[in-house]
Amino acid sequence: MESLYAITTGVLTACGLYLTLRGRTFPVVVGLTLLSYAVNLFLFSMGGLTTDGAAILDGPGTYADPLPQALVLTAIVIGFAMTAFVVILAMRARSEAGNDHVDGRKREDGEGRA
Amino acid sequence: MTLLWIALLPLLGVIVPVLTSGRGRRFCSLATAALPALGLLLTLAQLPGIAAGESLRFAAAWIPSLGLDLALRLDGLSVLFNLLILGIGLLILLYAHFYLSPEEPYGRFYAYLILFMASMVGIVMSDNLLLLWLYWELTSISSFLLIGFWSHRSDARKGARMALTVTGAGGLALLAGLLLLGDMAGSFDIDVVLASGDAILADPRYPLMLGLVLLGAFTKSAQFPFQFWLPHAMAAPTPVSAYLHSATMVKAGIFLMARLHPAIAGSELWSVVVSLVGMATLLYGAWFALLKTDLKAILAFSTVSHLGLITVLLGIGSPMAVLAALFHVLNHATFKAALFMSAGIIDHETGTRELGRLGGLRRAMPVTAVLTTVAAAAMAGVPLLNGFLSKEMFFTESLSTPVLGGLSWAMPVLATLGGILSVAYSLRLVHAVFFKPAREAPPSPPHEPPRLMRAPVELLVALCVLVGLFPAALATGLLDMASQAVLGESLDFHLAIWHGVNLPLAMSVVALMAGIATYWRHGDLRRYLKGFRSVDSRLVFEDSVQSLNRRAEKVLTRFEGGSLQRYMAWLLLASLVMGGIGLAGMGPLTGSKGNQPIDGVLLLGAALLIFGGVGTAVTHRYRLVSLILLSVVGLMVSLTFARFSAPDLALTQLSVEVVTMILLMLALFFLPQKTPRESSPRRNLRDVVLAGTLGFVVASLNYAVLTRDNAPISGFFLDNSIPGGGGHNVVNVILVDFRGFDTLGEITVLALAGLAIFKLLNRLRLFMPHSDGEGRVWSPDRYPAILTSISMALLPLALLVSAFIFLRGHNLPGGGFIAGLITAVALILLYMARGVEWAQQRLDFPYQPVAIIGVAIATLTGLGSWLFGHPFLTSAFGHFHLPLVGEFELATAMLFDLGVYLAVVGATLMILANLGKVTTSHRPTKEASQTSAAANKRLTKENR
Repeated sequence: MESLYAITTGVLTACGLYLTLRGRTFPVVVGLTLLSYAVNLFLFSMGGLTTDGAAILDGPGTYADPLPQALVLTAIVIGFAMTAFVVILAMRARSEAGNDHVDGRKREDGEGRA
Repeated sequence: MTLLWIALLPLLGVIVPVLTSGRGRRFCSLATAALPALGLLLTLAQLPGIAAGESLRFAAAWIPSLGLDLALRLDGLSVLFNLLILGIGLLILLYAHFYLSPEEPYGRFYAYLILFMASMVGIVMSDNLLLLWLYWELTSISSFLLIGFWSHRSDARKGARMALTVTGAGGLALLAGLLLLGDMAGSFDIDVVLASGDAILADPRYPLMLGLVLLGAFTKSAQFPFQFWLPHAMAAPTPVSAYLHSATMVKAGIFLMARLHPAIAGSELWSVVVSLVGMATLLYGAWFALLKTDLKAILAFSTVSHLGLITVLLGIGSPMAVLAALFHVLNHATFKAALFMSAGIIDHETGTRELGRLGGLRRAMPVTAVLTTVAAAAMAGVPLLNGFLSKEMFFTESLSTPVLGGLSWAMPVLATLGGILSVAYSLRLVHAVFFKPAREAPPSPPHEPPRLMRAPVELLVALCVLVGLFPAALATGLLDMASQAVLGESLDFHLAIWHGVNLPLAMSVVALMAGIATYWRHGDLRRYLKGFRSVDSRLVFEDSVQSLNRRAEKVLTRFEGGSLQRYMAWLLLASLVMGGIGLAGMGPLTGSKGNQPIDGVLLLGAALLIFGGVGTAVTHRYRLVSLILLSVVGLMVSLTFARFSAPDLALTQLSVEVVTMILLMLALFFLPQKTPRESSPRRNLRDVVLAGTLGFVVASLNYAVLTRDNAPISGFFLDNSIPGGGGHNVVNVILVDFRGFDTLGEITVLALAGLAIFKLLNRLRLFMPHSDGEGRVWSPDRYPAILTSISMALLPLALLVSAFIFLRGHNLPGGGFIAGLITAVALILLYMARGVEWAQQRLDFPYQPVAIIGVAIATLTGLGSWLFGHPFLTSAFGHFHLPLVGEFELATAMLFDLGVYLAVVGATLMILANLGKVTTSHRPTKEASQTSAAANKRLTKENR
C-alpha cells in the first residue's frame, strides 16, 4: 500500500512539474494545481497511512495523526487562493502583453492583441 | 545618565534644523547649535572627574542575544575627541551659516551635518564593539549625504559614491574584524576586549582579525592605498571638507587604532604594517600636495599626509609615540580646519580655488592672509606654533624606533623627507595665494569675508599660537587624560618648546631649509614631471566599477534572461541535485516498517489518479480536456483523504475542487482554448526527463518516510484536545486553538489574495470570444431551466448544511473552512444558474468587507484573551445548560472559527464573483458608477 501511494505521489509530481515547464500560462496553472495535489498527498502521508482510524476523540482507539491533517487543510484552501491569484495574473498578462506566454513580453510571434 | 545625554543630544539635534528651517536662516542656525552646545557643556562638566582618574560608564541591554548593548563610556580619549567633534562642529556651523547661499536648503544641510556629528560622538563614546560599528556605518552614510550635497554636480555624485564605496567596503571588513575580535576576547564589551590583549595576541586568528580591522581603519582614514577617495570628497561644500575631512571623520580610523591599541597593537605585525602604511601615506600625500593646483586638493593631500604621520606614530606604539599621535590629532584638527575654512573664504570671495588664477590677495584680504599664513606655518612645523611641537615629537620617535630592524635608520630619513615636502607645500600655498603677483584677475573682486565668518578661523589660529607658546599649560591636562585612557597608565612627560640642541631640532632645521629650497625650484620639478602620464584616480575607480558591473551583468544574464521556463528548469535542477544527494546518502530505501496489503479499491483509486495525472499532462494542448482530467485527480485526492481516515480533509478538498474548477473554467473562457505546439522535441525531452526524475525522487522520499517508524508529536494534541481546547475534533481544535496563530495568518493571506485579485481585475480589458476554439458559437441558452430551479431549491438547503457543518466543527468533522466553502459554492451556483445580473440585484453587497470583517473577528478574538491576562489567542470554553436545548458548549474558538468562515466566504466570492462580473457591465472599475455605462457600450462593440 505504501509503495502504491508513493508511486502515485511521484507520478502526480512529475506530471505537475512537466506542466509547469510549459511556455503558456494555462498549462502552468494546471500544472501548479496538479503539483499542489501531489504536495498535499505527500504532506498528508507524513503522519502515516491509517485505515479506519477514528477522527473524533472517543476513548482509547486508533487515531489518525491529526497534525498533518490540520496543516494540509489550510494548505488546500491557501492553494486555492494562490491558484486563483496566478490565474487572474495570467489573464491580466494576456490582456497587457497580447499573448499568453509565461515570459509576459510582447512578442511578434504571439497571437494578436486582444 | 549624563553620558546618555551627551550621546543623545546631537542625535535629537538632527530634527531641529528640519523643524526650524522654515523660520529663517538665523533662527535655524542658532536652534541647530543649541543641542550640540549643550552636549559640549556636559562634556566639559565631566572634565574634572575624568582628570581625577574617573572613567564613566553607562550601559543598557539592547539585543543581549547578539552581545549588542547600548553601552557608553567617557574616558580621556573620548573626551579629547568629543571636544574636537563638538567644538569644531559648532565653529563649522557658524561658518556654514555664512558660507551657504540663502537659496540652498540649509535645513537639510544642517541636519546631515548634525547627523554626522552625532554618529562621530557615538563612535568615540561607544563601549561596545558592535555599537561602535553601527555608528561607524552611520558616519559613512551621513558623509555620503554631505559629500553629495550638491547632487546636481557630477563630481559631487561621483566623489560621494567613491567615498561610500571605499569606506563602506572598509566598514564591512571592520565588522568581520570586530566580530572576530569579540569572539577572541569572549565579549563585545570594550573593557573586556582591552583587558584581554594577551589572549588576543596568542590567538591563531589574530593576523586575520588585525588585517580586517586595519582595513576598516585605513579606508576610513584614507591611508595608502585607499587614499584616493579623500581628494575626490572635496567636491563637498567647504564646511564639510573642513569638518569631515580634516578634523573628524578621517580621524575615526585613527581613533579606532588608538582605542583598540592595548588589545591589538602589541605585535610586530602591527608595528611593521601600520608604520609602513603610515609612512607611505605620509610621503604620497605630501608629494601630491606639492603638485596640485587646486587649493582644496592641496589641503586634501596634505591631510592624507598628516594622517599618515599619525598612523606612523601609532605603529611605532611606544608610550611617547602614542602621546605624540594624540597631540598631533589635536594640532592637525586646529590648523587644518582653519586652513580649510580660509580656503573656503577665498573661494567664496573670489570665485576660484585655482592657484594659477589667484595671487596678491594680501592687499584685498589682509586679515585672512595673516590667519592663513599662521595656520600654514603651523602645518609646516614652524617653531612657536603647535604643529612644531608634535612634529618634533614625531622626529624624536622616528629616531628611536626599532620597527624596521636593521633598516630602522630609514625612518628618520623618510620622516625628514616628509617634513621637507610639508614645508614646501605650505609655503607654496601661502605664497601663491597671497604674495605672488596675480597673473589674471579672479572671477570676482576679492574682499574680506563677513566678520563672523572669519571668527572660527581666528579662534582656531589663536589656539595654534597659544598651544605653540604655552604647551605645558594648555595641552598637558587633556593629553594626560587621553594617553592614560590608551596606555592604561599615567605618563610622565613634559611638553616644551625648547629641548636643547639635539638631533630632532637638526631634522627640523634641515626640513625648513630644504623645504624652502624645494619650493624655490619647484617650477623645474613640475616641468620635469610633465613628462609623466598623469592618472586620474576617479577615472580608474569609475572604470573598475563599471567593468565589474559589466561582468556581473554578463553572469546575471546567463541565469536571468527573462525566461520563466529557464528559471523553472534551474530551480528544479537544483532541487533535484539537493534531493538526489540526500537520498543517495540515506542507506536502504525501505525502512523497518513493512508494507500494508493492497486491496482492489486502492488499486483502482491509484490507477485513476495516475490516469488523471498523466492524462492532464499529455492532453495539455487541449485545455478543456486537460482540465476535465485534472478534476478527476482532484476528486480522487478527496477520496484518498476519506480512505485514510481524514474526513475533514476530504470535505475541504471536495469543496475546494468545485470552486477551483469553476475558476479555471471561467479563466479558460478568456484564454486561448488551445496551446500552440512550441517546444522543440529536445526541450520536450529535457522537461520529461527532468520532471520524471524529480517525480522519482519524490516517490522514493515518500516511500522512505512511509516505511519508517516516526515519533509524531501528535500525542500532545490528542491528549490535550478535550481538556485544553474543549473539542473532540482534534483537527479543528488544532486549527482554531493550538495553531490558531497559523490559521490567522492563513485567512489573512486568503483575504489578501482576494483583494489583490480584485485589484488585478480592475479595468482589465479582456478579449471575449463569441465562439469556442473550434469556431462553434456559444449556446444562446444561457440559463438552463433545470439548473435554475434546482439552484434555487438548493440554496437554503446548502446554507443549512453549512451552518450545521460550522456548528458541529469543534466536535465532529467540519468547521469554519469547510462551512465557508459550502456557502461560497451555494452562492456561486446561484450566479451560474441565474447570471450575474440577476444575482447582483439580490446580493447587492461587496464581498471585500466580509473577508476583512472575518479576519478582524479572528484577530479580535485572539486579542480578547489579553483582556484576561492570557497570551494571544488563548481560548476559553464552558458548558452551559439551557432548558429545552439541554447541555451545550460555547468556546471562544467558535468565534475564531466564525472569523475563518467569513474570511473564506468573502475571499472566495471576491475571487469568483468578481471574475464572473468581468463578463458584464458590473465589472470592477475604479469609477464603477460613472463608467459602467460606457464600459457596457464598449463591451458590446467588442463582442461584435
